This record gives sequence, structure tokens and C-alpha cells, in this order.
Amino acid sequence: MTTAVAHYFGSSIGRKQLIAVTGLALCGFLVSHLTGNFLLLMGADAFNLYAHKLASLGALLYLAELGLLVALLIHLGLALKITLENKAARPVKYLGKKNTGRGTTIMSASMPYTGLVLLAFIITHLMGIKYGSYYTTIVDGVEMRDVYRTTIEHFSSIGYTVWYSFAMICAAFHTAHGFSSAFQSLGLNHGRYFGKVKLLGILYAIFIGAGFASLAIWSHLKGV
Amino acid sequence: MSNGNMTLNLKIWRQVNAKTEGKFVDYKVDHVSEDMSFLEMIDVLNEQLVRKGDDAIAFDHDCREGICGMCSMMINGKAHGGFKGTTTCQVHMRLFKDGDTVVVEPWRSRAFPLIKDLTVDRSAFDTIQQAGGYITANTGNAQDANAILIPKPIADEAMDAAACIGCGACVASCPNGSGMLFMSAKVSQLALLPQGKAEAEKRVLEMVQTHDELGFGNCSNHAECEATCPKDISIEHIARTNREYIAAAIKHHEKDRSGGGA
Ligand code: FES
Repeated sequence: MTTAVAHYFGSSIGRKQLIAVTGLALCGFLVSHLTGNFLLLMGADAFNLYAHKLASLGALLYLAELGLLVALLIHLGLALKITLENKAARPVKYLGKKNTGRGTTIMSASMPYTGLVLLAFIITHLMGIKYGSYYTTIVDGVEMRDVYRTTIEHFSSIGYTVWYSFAMICAAFHTAHGFSSAFQSLGLNHGRYFGKVKLLGILYAIFIGAGFASLAIWSHLKGV
Repeated sequence: MSNGNMTLNLKIWRQVNAKTEGKFVDYKVDHVSEDMSFLEMIDVLNEQLVRKGDDAIAFDHDCREGICGMCSMMINGKAHGGFKGTTTCQVHMRLFKDGDTVVVEPWRSRAFPLIKDLTVDRSAFDTIQQAGGYITANTGNAQDANAILIPKPIADEAMDAAACIGCGACVASCPNGSGMLFMSAKVSQLALLPQGKAEAEKRVLEMVQTHDELGFGNCSNHAECEATCPKDISIEHIARTNREYIAAAIKHHEKDRSGGGA
């Protein structure tokens, strides 16, 4: 690594740009994941076929999963590091610090917390569905995993559905700040259009949060 | 409210020096006129304290007309009181009501060590400035002002950045204690102009490194700095710094590889 590169990755700006790029990559993943989830509405066969096709990508799928894992670890690791540094940057707290209402929002202030909820969520989610109960079914003469059944069974628990929906509210909060923040970090704020980027980020957050949570509730109602 | 009739209850941070523990002390100030500035109100209180033989409250101030950036204090949890585009010295007592309780604290940041009471040492800003906030030019007579033509929108943007008075409100109000708004104003004001472009890459690399080393926090785009800046400096300057920084890092990486000087 040249010194310029080493400085870049160690600097406050370099790190936030890495958080931005990995965050946007994860945002992209959420869109494809949610699109896939909508197939739940088209019935067991459609959903299982989709999941089967994904699984049959083999090496390509592992590569994509590895990419996501690396993006997540970079995003998480750097975010934890800068959060701790930021706490240390103000050793004596204010008596009653107030925000003006024109800057910090609940979304921006809660980033570390919503992020940690999402981390916990990802673990429970993978254990519950991806590595959850394994059934098989036959669609068009091909034997494949019945991940539809796993999903419906999983969401029949009210506790899990509530936890899932709560996590999706956190995802909406996290991306409502994170999406436009990533653009700012990458230097893509020239005033005129940034209001639209912010609006897009909020629409994205609502789409993701409401999309995932409504499918969870749908699955719950289907299963009980 | 008629003039000179307000009574205020103040809760002010008192601390003898950085080595001793500080605490909030309650004071009552009578006969506050709504025409007084916030600093004049503290002057009145200090006169009372001195008459009683107490130690006056130390606070920074100089121009008292909103241009020097010395009058740094948190008023009721907001830098400079949180009034849009206003420094503490320009905050008038008509903005408060009779009987109000007002909490006054110094800037809280690891990079701004406390000196006494409400005064903090903001020389970390000077250190950032010295790392690159200048241009290298031969001395002598100044060039004719119109020798280099600069388009009006660019001159305006550079001027907006140059309006920064280095008061430190950005650091004080940032939830992360970051000094990015100050640094980016200094990067912008020079990077936008032809005189500053020559050293733009070196400048941004060195100023960012110095900013980080001084113990400021990391910017995470809350934009609370922009909201409390008495000069309304925009976080667009931070975005420009972010762009300049990545471009400079890439170019210097190539120079490092080809053996050229960085
Ligand atoms: S005293 Fe100079 S800006 Fe307030």
C-alpha cells in the first residue's frame, strides 16, 4: 500500500466514504431481496422456483454472498470505530445539549443503535430462514427446497413477526439518513439537487421498511 | 416588558482551570434591559461579582459585532444560543423573558481544552489552518485585482466559505465533535479560486490529516454544524472537501507508485 492509500483508509473522510459505498451496496441488495420477497404473493411455487434458481447459481451466489458479508463487515467495523472515536471527542458532556431542529434528526442520531438492531436482526433472520427448518417440495417435476413453507411457518410466531417489523422500522430509520448521507460523503452535494437526493432517500426508506414489514405481516396472517 | 426590568436566573459553568473540577453556579441578574446584548448582560453580572469581591466569569470576546468569532459559548444547550446566523455578542436580551433560567456552558470538545470558566483554547483551528490554509506566493506589491478574472458565481461561493470566523460553533454543536465544517470552509475558499488551485491537493490531504490528528470527531453528516453556524456556512463545502480529498488521494497514490514526490 502506498502512503497515500494508507492515509486515505485511515482518514476520517476515507473511512466515511467506505461506509458510504458499502452502505449503498447494502441498499442495492435490499431492493433485490424485497423484489424477490414479493413473489410470496404469487404463491408457493413461484417463490420456491425463484429461490431454487438463486440457489442453483452455485459459485456465483457464494461470490455475491461473500461480497455482501465483506461489505457488511467493513460497514459495521468502521462505523463502530468512528462511533467510539466520536464519543471520545467530547469527554465532558453538555448539561442539556439541544439540537436546533435544522440539523440532527432522530434518524441521524440513532444510526449506531438502529445499526446494532439490524446486526442482531440479520443473525436471527439467517438462522430462522436460510438455516431454518428444511422441507422439500416438487415443482414442475423438480425437487427443491420448500422455503415458502419455512417462511410461513416462521412468521406464524407473533413474537418473530413483531421483532421483524421492529427491525424493518429500524432499517427505514437507518436508510432515511444513510442513503442521502452516503451521497454527501462521496461529495455528491452541489446544493441544487441535494433536496431531491434527500427525498429519494426517504422514499427509499419507506419503500424498504413498509415493503418488508407488510410481507412479514401477510405471511403471519397466512400462517395462523 | 419595560426597559431594565428583567430578572434572569443564570446557571453558569465555573472552572478555575483545566486541572480542577468545574461546576455549575446559579446567579441572579436584576435590571436586565432588553436592549442589552448577551455579553453585556454577563458584564453586568461580572460587575456585581467584582463588587462582592468574587472572581469575574471568564469569557472570550473581542469585536462584539459578529466578525471575530471569539464569543464562544453554549446558551441553553445551543451554540451561540442557536439563533439563525447570530453570534453570542449579537444575541439580544429581548429574545429572553423575565424570570427565564439560562444555562451557559463552554464549548465541549477534546480538541478545545478548557482554559477557564467559559473560555476554551481554540488554537487547534490555527493548527489546521497552518497545515494548508494558505497559498504560496512571492511577496511584493499585490497584483491588480482584475488581472485574474473570476466568474461571479465562483467568487460568491468562495466568499461564502471565507465568511467563516472560526468561532468553533460547528465543533461545539456537532454530536460527534467534528471540525469538518471549519476545515472545509478553509479548503473551499482557496480551492475555488485560481490562486489556490495550484496547491489544492496537497492542502486537502494535509488539512484532513491534521484535523484527524487533533482529536476532532468524524463527520457523519448530521448537518447540525450548518444549522448553528453564525455565518451560515453550508455543508456543501464539506461535500467539496470530500470530493477534493478522494481525487487528491488517487493522484498522490499514482505519484507514489511512479516514484514521484508526494
Ligand atoms: S465578540 Fe466578535 S464575534 Fe462576538
